[in-house]
Amino acid sequence: MAVFSRGFGSRRRESDPELPPGQYLTEDFPVLSAGPTPRIDTADWSFSITTESGQVTTWSWDQLMALPIEDVHTDIHCVTRWSKLGTTWRGVSLDTLFADIDTSDAYTMVESYGGYTTNVPLEDLLDGKAWIAFEFEGEPLDPEHGGPARLLVPHLYFWKSAKWVHGIRMHSDDDPGFWEQNGYNMYGDPWKEQRYW
Amino acid sequence: MAIVAGWLVGTVARAMRVTPQGRILVLDVPEWPGNLAGQHLDLRLTAEDGYQAVRSYSIASFGDGTTVELAVDMLPDGEVSPYLVEDVEPGDMLEVRGPLGNFFVWRDSQTEPVQLIAGGSGIVPLVSIARAHRAAASTAKFRMLYSVRAPEDAYYAPELAELVGDSFVLDWVYTRTAPVGFARAAGRITRADIEASTLPVADNPLVYVCGPTGFVETVARILVDLGHPAERIKTERFGGK
Ligand SMILES: Cc1cc2nc3c(=O)[nH]c(=O)nc-3n(C[C@H](O)[C@H](O)[C@H](O)COP(=O)(O)OP(=O)(O)OC[C@H]3O[C@@H](n4cnc5c(N)ncnc54)[C@H](O)[C@@H]3O)c2cc1C
Repeated sequence: MAVFSRGFGSRRRESDPELPPGQYLTEDFPVLSAGPTPRIDTADWSFSITTESGQVTTWSWDQLMALPIEDVHTDIHCVTRWSKLGTTWRGVSLDTLFADIDTSDAYTMVESYGGYTTNVPLEDLLDGKAWIAFEFEGEPLDPEHGGPARLLVPHLYFWKSAKWVHGIRMHSDDDPGFWEQNGYNMYGDPWKEQRYW
Repeated sequence: MAIVAGWLVGTVARAMRVTPQGRILVLDVPEWPGNLAGQHLDLRLTAEDGYQAVRSYSIASFGDGTTVELAVDMLPDGEVSPYLVEDVEPGDMLEVRGPLGNFFVWRDSQTEPVQLIAGGSGIVPLVSIARAHRAAASTAKFRMLYSVRAPEDAYYAPELAELVGDSFVLDWVYTRTAPVGFARAAGRITRADIEASTLPVADNPLVYVCGPTGFVETVARILVDLGHPAERIKTERFGGK
């Protein structure tokens, strides 16, 4: 049972039943990252998937743009408590990228420019649940928010939607990534409030 | 250090107005497990009808002990910070959870030079790190650059002044009003300020940057442009523009 804070609540923001527990709505787009924002030119950008056999499949920016691009409307939830409802993104589905990938590993490590990593089970990336996103609200994605491209896995807390995404490496085990080693939950379901260890 | 899973009850022990917009709050949290210098906590407020709000706050205190010190800057149109700065009084109760974050921390086993750069209330975790450095009598070279609107907006100014010594250098940037006689004209932090008033790349310092998101973005970008390796720059972004 929570203790009551005397006199608190006069300035409350409207609570919204669509939000996961402990989240509040923001119009802004706050930034969570542990270091400087990497600046990557699309000319130098690439994305690759590396499997347990060592096979590497790589896409350049132009090759990514040539794939089917989807419009995504989704809510996003950050572990630092803010949520945004009804955001609009454009990106390439991970189903498209994994279509010809041969793997029997169940886990992935998502790797970013700048050295960040985060672990996500493969099944959370497939079946229309994740994208490599490069447009937000009709504009190219800002570097601060992960541009030129970030992973978008909106059903998990947003740190799993790795900014500055560079590749995915298949793992047989659920090994912790950078954020998970530094205190964040291994899975990160906002509806279960899986924020921290 | 233990991570505590649940919410812990805290009682406000002291509340001190230290700037026109901000307060230092000292909380008694009997079950607090202690924290490393630089960590933060989540603070939860519950209204009488059960409505709750949670925000993150850095911890100015460090080490063992069940007294937790915070410093909160008021955003006038905010929900939680005006309550903490204007309304809460000693004896009032709230809840905390933590400590959180194992990356933006300093341990007294670290010996490399350290540059601390704070904007506004971003000083809080850096004060904790500076206190830990002092408490350990560490000889690691420390330098701090603190950017505030005006002298009266600085948190911990007297304490920071006292830390200055052989292994702690303190520099100021005033963005709106500089004290009389201060050499640098008031204005936002620039590349020239960082070149003039922080440890050079040649020292290979570990750099901690904390403050509003826009401040952190600006400073981190300048540091990278000056040649600091990205992996030597740790950032904590408080939000806002
Ligand atoms: C890890 C971490 C540590 C933090 N430590 C501290 C601390 O030690 N001291 C402290 O005072 N604050 C700290 N903050 C910020 C704090 O969590 C709250 O965001 C802040 O107190 C505003 O809350 P609020 O409910 O009053 O405003 P809200 O009602 O949440 O927001 C009001 C408006 O201000 C904007 N906003 C939110 N945060 C900021 C900001 N920092 N600057 C400018 N505009 C903002 C919001 O987007 C919104 O538009 C920290 C944040 C993080 C993520």
